Amino acid sequence: MEHSFVLPNSGHNYDAKASKLGMWLFLYTELLLFGGLFIVYMVYRSLNPDAFLIASFNLNVWMGTINTVVLLTSSMTIAMSITAVQLGNSKLSLQLLLLTVLAAVVFLVIKYFEWGAKIEHGLWPGMDHFISLSHGEQLYFFLYFFMTGLHGLHVIVGMIFIIVVMNKIKKGSINKDKNQLLENSGLYWHLVDLIWIYLFPLFYLIH
Amino acid sequence: MTDSSMSQPSYLNIKKGLFSWIFTLDHKRIGLLYLYSVGAFFLVGAALGVLMRLELLNPGGDLIEAQTYNQVFTLHGVIMIFLFIIPSIPAVFGNFFLPIMLGTDDVAFPRLNLMSWWLYVIGALFALSTLVFGDGPADTGWTFYAPYSVKTGTNVSMSVLAAFILGFSSILTGLNFIVTIHRLRAPGMGFNQMPLFSWALYATSWIQLLATPIIGITLLMIVAERMLGIGLFDPSIGGDPILYQHLFWIYSHPAVYIMALPAMGIVSEIIPTFAQRTIFGYKAIAYSSMAIAFVGYFVWGHHMFTSGMSGPAAYIFSILTFFVAIPTSIKVFNWLATMYKGSISIEVPLLYAVGFIFNFLIGGLTGLVNGALAADVHLHDTYFVVGHFHYVMFGGTGFAFFGALHYWFPKIWGKMYNKLVANVAFAIIFIGFNTLYFPMLILGIMGMPRRYYDYLPEFHSLNQISTYGSWILVSGLLLMIYNLIRGYFNGTKTTDNPWNGITLEWQTKSPPPLHNFDKAPELVKGGPYNYPNAIDGSH
Repeated sequence: MEHSFVLPNSGHNYDAKASKLGMWLFLYTELLLFGGLFIVYMVYRSLNPDAFLIASFNLNVWMGTINTVVLLTSSMTIAMSITAVQLGNSKLSLQLLLLTVLAAVVFLVIKYFEWGAKIEHGLWPGMDHFISLSHGEQLYFFLYFFMTGLHGLHVIVGMIFIIVVMNKIKKGSINKDKNQLLENSGLYWHLVDLIWIYLFPLFYLIH
Repeated sequence: MTDSSMSQPSYLNIKKGLFSWIFTLDHKRIGLLYLYSVGAFFLVGAALGVLMRLELLNPGGDLIEAQTYNQVFTLHGVIMIFLFIIPSIPAVFGNFFLPIMLGTDDVAFPRLNLMSWWLYVIGALFALSTLVFGDGPADTGWTFYAPYSVKTGTNVSMSVLAAFILGFSSILTGLNFIVTIHRLRAPGMGFNQMPLFSWALYATSWIQLLATPIIGITLLMIVAERMLGIGLFDPSIGGDPILYQHLFWIYSHPAVYIMALPAMGIVSEIIPTFAQRTIFGYKAIAYSSMAIAFVGYFVWGHHMFTSGMSGPAAYIFSILTFFVAIPTSIKVFNWLATMYKGSISIEVPLLYAVGFIFNFLIGGLTGLVNGALAADVHLHDTYFVVGHFHYVMFGGTGFAFFGALHYWFPKIWGKMYNKLVANVAFAIIFIGFNTLYFPMLILGIMGMPRRYYDYLPEFHSLNQISTYGSWILVSGLLLMIYNLIRGYFNGTKTTDNPWNGITLEWQTKSPPPLHNFDKAPELVKGGPYNYPNAIDGSH
């Protein structure tokens, strides 16, 4: 519908700043979503320090470390791809985003093998070995699956987000002058990375 | 539409058909979608409330049994809190009027706005599905307290997932409003030239954004504990029920300000219009909304004084609770001072606003009684708490909602309801409301516990009065709704500015055109409520 008069501050204008602000606000909610879990972790770790320590020896620090490196690298590639688009090099940007998605896939594959090994040992909630554990260890493994699972879900969502963005770069609707959606996908990806940076020491490293 | 002087058609007529509504991106239509949905759920919730009062007319389970009663009050709570009060004013009137009051044509993210409504519908379907599927609706109370919520055989998981989805709907609305307020104010409108309703929505939106995720994740943990049998909150398998209460109230206490702050914003709009006078203490009202939102984040512990909490923690939570009263009373004094020496015209919206102040005063002061440590030990989990809560939520937010409906009715539909009938309906609602809820306060002090389908004989007479009150209240509500529906179909056509208001929504047509304004709105010089004919011109 054509209309005769458009307000200068119309909500239908392209507004990169609004889009960025909206993304940041959304990221706050994500932080708080995980924040609730961090509180639960903190409370139960302080109540069961020994059980959490014993349980943490079951994790494979090497796999966790590789995943940390993979995610950090992917954060770098997506940051570079934003700069590439801003400098007008869409092709390079697409290549860098492809690397980011590949890193996400690598992360998920490693995670799959990690989880698979735990489940093979009967550590999934409700399995025989799990039931024989002490309450504190049960909580540890529950939180491990819940928190890394929720994080993994975010990795998948982030991947889809990046693939959508790649499509738009190909079509040219994300370009040198208009690239806030790409930047938002980058912000989201950094958040996924950031949460992992807390999950990794909490579950794998603290002794 | 080539002639630039020609006006656009109104948002109501521009397109027809069901799909033009349920997939609309227009903030006004989305506001009305919310109005019809929350209105429908309000009626369901109210019917459940009347049913409970009917059961409590006489002692003994002569109408419904204990288990059914538990499910009824849970469903009443879930519907009224998550499906009515939380979305009521922000999602209905915020959606409809925030962009118009800011002088823009939509919210910042119209698609996200539509998605919020759809999430609301999906969440509502989840909540209602417990009536049909599984082992019946939850019987835990709307608080889903562990360990009972982990152990009960009723369909808690579904109710909890409903609350989770509705939380997301609420978060997205809040996010949308914050960005709208930051980015889409009319040129020249600074934060301190915004109408106070926008300020109230701004404060509310921050709470929605920062508190809701915590309850979301907590409710998911309840589901996980039910499904996997992990001892998170159930002490019999090693969990900590107090932790659940903390996590629950970290959200749910700020959430009562999600319910109350927008109502205060409505009152701040209605009073200057009907006093034809600039608002007294604009900045005090605006910033006190932010102060309530901020302090409200740190008082959740006052729900748990009897659950086991260290002495110092209890003192601090109690003192902070008293702090909330300060910004709240700042608002009340400012409203009263605005009316003082104003040229008051007593119209229906003003009656609801004054009714709000009266009821909210009782609700707020009884809240302080609950917040006092010694008194709370006596009153915790008594009917006093139920009375207090309904004074704040129904007598406060509910009245403001009805006031807003009467205030903006001519703007939304371009028609006027019958004012005489609306006045009568208000009087019946006001009398019915107080007859229904005041006895609850006395019953609570006498020691009647909440959430029981039965009571001792000495509580009989007050319970009878309360039930009679529920009948009066319902007849008033039905009269009000009938009058509004009749106004919608047969009301007389109204002018663009029937109340002589000066905030921007009164500069455009009734009903507004699709893009809200046919020409750029003119900001009022000297603040949004600077009435040109103000007697003393104080500002």
